[in-house]
Amino acid sequence: MEAEAAKFIGAGIACFGMAGAALGVANIFGNFLTGALRNPSAAPSQFGNLIFGFAVTEALGIFSFLIALILLFVA
Amino acid sequence: MAGTDPIHQFVITDLFPLFSVGGDGTEGSGTHFAFTNSALFMVIIVVAISVFLLTSTSGKKLVPTRAQLASELLYEFVAGMVRSSAGTAGMKFFPLVFSLFTFIFLANMIGLVPYFFTVTSHIIVTFALSMVVILTVVIYGFLKNGPKFLMLFVPAGVPGYILPIVTPIEFISFLSRPISLSVRLFGNILAGHITLKVFTGFAVMLIAGLGAFGWAAAILPVLMAIALTGLELLVGAVQAYVFAVLTCMYLNDAIHPSH
Repeated sequence: MEAEAAKFIGAGIACFGMAGAALGVANIFGNFLTGALRNPSAAPSQFGNLIFGFAVTEALGIFSFLIALILLFVA
Repeated sequence: MAGTDPIHQFVITDLFPLFSVGGDGTEGSGTHFAFTNSALFMVIIVVAISVFLLTSTSGKKLVPTRAQLASELLYEFVAGMVRSSAGTAGMKFFPLVFSLFTFIFLANMIGLVPYFFTVTSHIIVTFALSMVVILTVVIYGFLKNGPKFLMLFVPAGVPGYILPIVTPIEFISFLSRPISLSVRLFGNILAGHITLKVFTGFAVMLIAGLGAFGWAAAILPVLMAIALTGLELLVGAVQAYVFAVLTCMYLNDAIHPSH
């Protein structure tokens, strides 16, 4: 198999990593909604934690996207 | 069609050359330093922040004007973030955190204007910012705590027999901090701008290829680009906030190295 073809296949496989990141982000927001509907007065104080947790989880999906980009455009 | 490929927007162009170091005297050898479009936008960002803060607070009114109120709200937002993560001892790092937050926020916002260059879409820029943070953490941690800074890798309350496993894991996760800090910001901004360029490229290709029907059909990618720009505004703000919050947490590790 030529290197070019292998790079494209690798970039496609790297995108599977985003499935885990998507599940993680959905987890964060789902748990926040569950907690906020049980205790609405405590919800605004945790909004900062929500955004921070979302960004840190989404970063892992971005890492897998970065691998795909490296395979396509750098290596 | 040239120019609609999504990578072309990230090319760094030299606006005017400055000087070269090294090399052997022949034309084009050595390392060339030039004032690039990236440097131009960094200058624009710093000048914009400085002008806004200086002119809005120059009146020093007790009952603030609108601009002074905006500066004070910005100050309180970042100060509250620093105090809640790093405590009152962390306020000595407030200028660093404030500068990082406002620079990254404005860099992400300015990059969304068409034809403007996004400074944080290059890994070297975000890596430089994150290395500033990590080197500050390490150097200040050793200066203030001496060798006890290494107790960072020994969490409190861990039984002795697990320590040989936990300590290398903690060390490696500390080493991953500069990488994750820089790649998070870089990847979010890069991905957003590439997606935006791809959708606007669709509109261009529809108009060029299909004529009158293309003009009608191009509404759809343009609507998607509008929605994506809104999302990119949100992502730019969130990434600036997350960079600043993580900086505060890492500084807290330097000030109080026991978990």
